[in-house]
Amino acid sequence: MNHLPLIIQREYLTKVRNKSFIIMTVLSPLILIALMSVVAYLSQLNNTKERHISILDETGKVSSIFENTENTTYSTLAETDVETAKILVKSKSEYGLLYIKASQDTTKLYEDVVFFTEDSPSLSVIGDLEDKLEKQFTDIQLVQNGVDIDKIETSKVSVSINQETYSGETTSKIDNILKLAFGGIAGYLLFMFIIIYGNMIMRSVIEEKTSRIIEIIISSVKPIQLMMGKIIGTSLAGITQFVIWVVLGFVFMSVFSVVFDIDFSNVKTPQQEMVEQTMQSGELQSQMQDVMVAFYNLPITNLIVAFIFFFIGGYLLYSSLYAAIGAAVDNETDTQQFMLPILMPLILAVYVGVFTVIEDPHGTVSTVFSFIPFTSPVVMLMRIPFGVPIWQQLLSLGLLIGTFTFTVWFAAKIYRVGILMYGKKPSYKELYKWLRY
Amino acid sequence: MNNMLEAHSVSKNFGNFKALNNVSISVPKGSIFGLLGPNGAGKTTLIRIINQITMPDAGKVILDGLDLKPENIRDIGYLPEERGLYKSMKVGEQALYLAQLKGMSKADAKARLKYWFEKLEIGDWWHKKIQELSKGQAQKIQFIVTVLHRPKLLIFDEPFSGFDPINASLIKDEILQLREEGSTVIFSTHRMESVEELCDHIALIHKSNKILDGKLTDIKRTYKTNTFEVGLQTENSAQLTQEISDKFEVLPASFKNLNDDLKLNIKLNGNGNSNDLLSYLTSKAEVHHFVEVIPTANDIFIQTVKNN
Repeated sequence: MNHLPLIIQREYLTKVRNKSFIIMTVLSPLILIALMSVVAYLSQLNNTKERHISILDETGKVSSIFENTENTTYSTLAETDVETAKILVKSKSEYGLLYIKASQDTTKLYEDVVFFTEDSPSLSVIGDLEDKLEKQFTDIQLVQNGVDIDKIETSKVSVSINQETYSGETTSKIDNILKLAFGGIAGYLLFMFIIIYGNMIMRSVIEEKTSRIIEIIISSVKPIQLMMGKIIGTSLAGITQFVIWVVLGFVFMSVFSVVFDIDFSNVKTPQQEMVEQTMQSGELQSQMQDVMVAFYNLPITNLIVAFIFFFIGGYLLYSSLYAAIGAAVDNETDTQQFMLPILMPLILAVYVGVFTVIEDPHGTVSTVFSFIPFTSPVVMLMRIPFGVPIWQQLLSLGLLIGTFTFTVWFAAKIYRVGILMYGKKPSYKELYKWLRY
Repeated sequence: MNNMLEAHSVSKNFGNFKALNNVSISVPKGSIFGLLGPNGAGKTTLIRIINQITMPDAGKVILDGLDLKPENIRDIGYLPEERGLYKSMKVGEQALYLAQLKGMSKADAKARLKYWFEKLEIGDWWHKKIQELSKGQAQKIQFIVTVLHRPKLLIFDEPFSGFDPINASLIKDEILQLREEGSTVIFSTHRMESVEELCDHIALIHKSNKILDGKLTDIKRTYKTNTFEVGLQTENSAQLTQEISDKFEVLPASFKNLNDDLKLNIKLNGNGNSNDLLSYLTSKAEVHHFVEVIPTANDIFIQTVKNN
């Protein structure tokens, strides 16, 4: 008799109707968006703060280069010494005093540049001042050395290397960034999914044990059916939650941005900044086109198919182990000793993905870890956007399927014995004995 | 075929531990069969094998004349000793779910549930969660779920533990009625008084081996020692005891009656006849009490377990 649909249905409905599940589903995106709003709001606050900077230039060569901007105004002090200037600036509560000391040495223009402030000045202000001074002093030095600055400007070229594989596939820097983003999101999603919903499966197994209903259930269904029903039902609940999160995320985001007038594009992830920096080096228009081209250049079909298979495979692999742990113990506090061996390969996979795949997606380390079943789902998903030969994907998938068949068998064995064991805190040795029952 | 269930030389090991050693039992159709034994004897293992929760290492189980198959879970209703229900699930939903797992259709299950809920007077619990019920109430639900699909064979493991006397007797009556309706019942317990009351056949398992089985009355017949409990009214008890002791084997006895009698247990030899004893006694004194000593299930249990 096949009770699988019935079990899946129950597991799904119990999860979805659970109060804390509903609260989590609604609240999580709200909290996240609220947090992002606060960050966005704060960064806007910072940008709009007005600064006034006084300049005491003893060389007389740079005061002309400071032009007022929206947030920063400059004023030049003259006919005064640095000590008086400091007192003056402080009394007017200005942001700071930039002091450029003239050099006695005729081959040098200045001896010291100091920026006096109340507290430590912000890095961006210092950087900005340094850039301006460097450019001005370099220009003056160049002129002094008899170089025509106009000629330098006109001689400058900008190089952008076109990348092309031997088979004629063209790629670009934007391509790589996009690939990293895709791979990273896919890998990270799997990682989160396993941890959140693996735990949920484990808890639901423990619940059946502690409520002592388990023996009633397995006098009607095979333990493996119950286990698979649990895994599938919980995963469906997980997918439901994810979809709701995405939808709610968009809804809340638009509501917040309208109500509080917050521009979320101000909140930048490192990837976005990389993209933008790359864009700034060329014309924006053509760069946007490049992004679109790069997007279509991604092995989209391959990506989607691989995502589905590796996601399911990796998820089943780990969640069956979670189910086995749940069956082996009596309560959640006893799970700790078994959690580490599960989390280790998972965390390793993410580390390899983040540090090695970015550096060299087809290097030895990346390739090896994309074959080892416990790390392959995450690592392979991160590698695939960079183009992985089909045979490698198939081999890795084959190994994954082989291993997950084994872990499901293994978990079912532990599960079958474990669910009827009470009062013992099992050791690994005990678990090994169960395999032979 | 007169047996609902037969287990043939069933053995089961857990690692180096032998849980069942070559155990065979036959459960006649329509009987209430007591599966007895001390804790850890292997009763639960045998029950789990019958329920196909555990697979035997050797031997086979035959249900209603055919080898036990996965489909047979429909034919068995099992109330385990370690029992519980999903705490946060509603009573009605839960009962429906468990019934469907036993292969009932939803509509059929609903109708039967309604019948049982009315019978046990728990009609308004449908939307309650198990955690809102008392332990005894939850056990009523477990009982209903066990019998709902009208199984041919019912297995109860310590069914009365946790029930108050009223519910226990209610459940006992239901068990008897189910037997009237044609079900066969296997019933595992330590409580010998309920064995005495309910069981017609018993098997005793001790240290993984079956050491005794058969019809309860037959077993009692073999275990009886042809001993009679008597109460005699006499002036001189010491002298009378001496006289009887010369003819028969005599042990002191204790029982309750109205008079301050001489109380004795008198054992007859192999060919002794109760009428002869009675007429001998009436000639000596006034007989107030004359009863054959029949071993209780409890006596048999303790005696056999000790001897093994």
